[in-house]
Amino acid sequence: MDFWKWVFFGFLCAALVLRIGAVELGRNQPTERISGSAGDVLEDNPVGRLKVFVYELPSKYNKKILQKDPRCLNHMFAAEIFMHRFLLSSPVRTLNPKEADWFYTPVYTTCDLTPNGLPLPFKSPRMMRSAIQLISSNWPYWNRTEGADHFFLTPHDFGACFHYQEEKAIERGILTLLKRATLVQTFGQRNHVCLKDGSITIPPYAPPQKIYAHLIPENTPRSIFVYFRGLFYDVGNDPEGGYYARGARAAVWENFKDNPLFDISTDHPTTYYEDMQRAVFCLCPLGWAPWSPRLVEAVVFGCIPIIIADDIVLPFADAIPWEEIGVFVDEEDVPKLDTILTSIPPEVILRKQRLLANPTMKQAMLFPQPAQPGDAFHQVLNGLARKLPHDRSIYLKPGEKLLNWTAGPVGDLKPW
Amino acid sequence: MKLSALQQSYLNRRSNSFRGSAQLDSAADGSVKSPAAVFWLVLHGVCCLISLVLGFRFSRLVFFFIFSTSATNLYTAPFRGAAEIASHLDVRVPGNMTAVVASSTSRVVVGRHGIRIRPWPHPDPVEVMKAHQILERVQREQRALFGVKNPRTVIAVTPTYARTFQKLHLTGVMHSLMLVPYDLVWIVVEAGGVTNETASIIAKSGLRTIHVGFRQTMPNSWEGRHKLESRMRLHALGIVREQKLDGVVMFADDSNMHSMELFDEIQNVKWIGAVSVGILLHSTDSSATIQREGEEESTPMPVQGPACNATNKLVGWHTFNSLRYAGRSAVYIDDRAPVLPRKLEWSGFVLNSRLVWKDVDDKPEWVKDLDELDGAGEEVESPLSLLKTTSMVEPLGNCGRQVLLWWLRVEARSDSKFPAQWIIDPPLDITVPSKRTPWPDAPPELPSNEKMSDGAQTQDQQINKHSTKTKTPRTRRSRTKRRHDTKVIGVQASTLSVSEQQN
Repeated sequence: MDFWKWVFFGFLCAALVLRIGAVELGRNQPTERISGSAGDVLEDNPVGRLKVFVYELPSKYNKKILQKDPRCLNHMFAAEIFMHRFLLSSPVRTLNPKEADWFYTPVYTTCDLTPNGLPLPFKSPRMMRSAIQLISSNWPYWNRTEGADHFFLTPHDFGACFHYQEEKAIERGILTLLKRATLVQTFGQRNHVCLKDGSITIPPYAPPQKIYAHLIPENTPRSIFVYFRGLFYDVGNDPEGGYYARGARAAVWENFKDNPLFDISTDHPTTYYEDMQRAVFCLCPLGWAPWSPRLVEAVVFGCIPIIIADDIVLPFADAIPWEEIGVFVDEEDVPKLDTILTSIPPEVILRKQRLLANPTMKQAMLFPQPAQPGDAFHQVLNGLARKLPHDRSIYLKPGEKLLNWTAGPVGDLKPW
Repeated sequence: MKLSALQQSYLNRRSNSFRGSAQLDSAADGSVKSPAAVFWLVLHGVCCLISLVLGFRFSRLVFFFIFSTSATNLYTAPFRGAAEIASHLDVRVPGNMTAVVASSTSRVVVGRHGIRIRPWPHPDPVEVMKAHQILERVQREQRALFGVKNPRTVIAVTPTYARTFQKLHLTGVMHSLMLVPYDLVWIVVEAGGVTNETASIIAKSGLRTIHVGFRQTMPNSWEGRHKLESRMRLHALGIVREQKLDGVVMFADDSNMHSMELFDEIQNVKWIGAVSVGILLHSTDSSATIQREGEEESTPMPVQGPACNATNKLVGWHTFNSLRYAGRSAVYIDDRAPVLPRKLEWSGFVLNSRLVWKDVDDKPEWVKDLDELDGAGEEVESPLSLLKTTSMVEPLGNCGRQVLLWWLRVEARSDSKFPAQWIIDPPLDITVPSKRTPWPDAPPELPSNEKMSDGAQTQDQQINKHSTKTKTPRTRRSRTKRRHDTKVIGVQASTLSVSEQQN
């Protein structure tokens, strides 16, 4: 009798394992593993490698804001909300702050939306400052390191500079109180004030269910050479061009508007996602900020991204070898774009498509609900885990203060 | 701002002069223009003119030329417009920022940039060709990855006979078959024996063809034609059996229209499959018939094919509802009434060629042997007669939801004539010059060809009206410029000497 029980148990286990294996196969395009020390990192499992403590802030910092405007769940900056939800139920969360490696403050700074849906960053510095004041007075962990083992999500245009105009953002610089913390943001540009050393760049939020609803059969031949839909001139804010996208998008339009290989226009077609799956290259030029959700869409749909943004830092750059997957074009080379693209050897193009077809690559760009292994949430945790263990020097001696709490524009010091 | 200051000062001066106009001194002052005043006036006028031309950019231009500090920001690439110059407010990281940026400043500059346009911003044909080659390579790779693995030979069976519209129909089928990316064998069975006519058409295809003749001639009625075509198709299946051709057999009737997806889809057939066929009914007074039906709504194009239930299992067949056309359908091939298809057309079925082979071990037991059908007295209406049970038919094309080919029957009158192999030889001998030549000074008679002198004598008086079921194509008197003589043939008045087609 016992023997049969063990046989039955063994059979159940085998069935479970085999079933999981079968589900994973799915689409059977031969993909290429992003090999090398960087690429394998995408499949790491952060559980067990770090512990995160989530501060309990009063709901005026998170829930009430979301209740006031539920549109925040669908826009490009929704990652801050979903990250909070993910961490609350994740196995890396710990309720004991003494054993935590990282501390997370759930404050939704990007949820003050205009009627059009664009976030206004004017109150964000005060909100952040007020949250930090709260955590520093109620828990001792902030003062222990002045935030060096804390991380914050600042997904707005220029990260923790909290402004949408680049000149003003540079003027403000990163909020003083966040100078020692780790920032998880979408903005990334080398040698820029608003990108702190050690920040983690994440992709902008793109709704995964909308993306999966528009998949087309994989054998549809890719017949569009270059595809782009979006603005070339921001007529409202910069009518002559030259400011918007540093003139790069306008240059694309002026040089290639009558070129049959370039399917570019300002339309908003309903078949936008389907068309991307029928294109070989997708343009991802900078706009007012260098990053764009087009990168996420291009990666998920297998269209090779052409990144036109000088010095941009792409999401998870230490884990994903973007040079091998996308094509980088300097802004000054935009008039020669067709020559550049047609001189890429076909083997290289096919290899890039194979790398893009890798499901771990696509998964790493998305924020699915509920979270799945290998998705962007896990990549953030992997990034945080890679920064461990903390250096002894971040722990301050008692009474030592490094941050200047009264620095910054006067308007920021008003309580929120 | 300088401009507005100028303007204001000018206005002030103006109002001053108006206010003081009554007095003599100011009038005297006003009449004697000092050189300074003249200079300012002239400068003002010039500035007005320039701003009229350049608009508000003028002020920035003035600022640039007067206050320019960073000449390094001037781009040398060609510009759009006159004044797109990089701004002098280049924002580098100021020294007092506590940013922890290690090395030098960014080479990316905030501010207004020029829009770079190359000297000739139009597509370069060399690049376009290279891009198309890249696309071709990518699509080939896609086909290799996602397309059909181990594609099988397509065996197309076409029954045909020589008639006016044969070249039209057969060329259409031939072009479709030439585009098929798989190996192809084309079996053409011709009623009335092999003719040069048909041979010349299919020779141009470059495909592997098997052209056989069938001893009977094609009868004049649709009933007879359908019966004969079924027998011709069975004959072709006999050839498949003899030569042990391996692949997928599909029936490409010569007047049908096939989509390319059909050939991809039929590769998925295991033994026998059915696809949906769109029935294109040609009837000249279809509008009248619909009106007579009254409230019956105009139905979309009827489709023949497999019918599936929700779980994609074959449950029945969609066939053509011929009741509406009862009594009004065409009987003879050149009737002007709609031609009705059979209940289930042959072209909607595809077979694995092994079904008709002799002595094959793995043939399923629900298929009859081909020899049993030959001897049978009754007509074989569709390949379903080859099966003992119709439940094993596989519905293709997303369970019949995709229409992959279209059935159409269009024929000319039975007494219509056409030149053999559609080559006009000897050339036409009567030409009617066009009434209006493009060159008004040219003489009205055009010089005649030397070929016209021979062959002029005989067969003149045959006026053949080519009336077909479709509208008669009228060759219009061309008024376009032609480099050579205009040989224009009016329809009614022509006497064509053509060699009659022996049928």
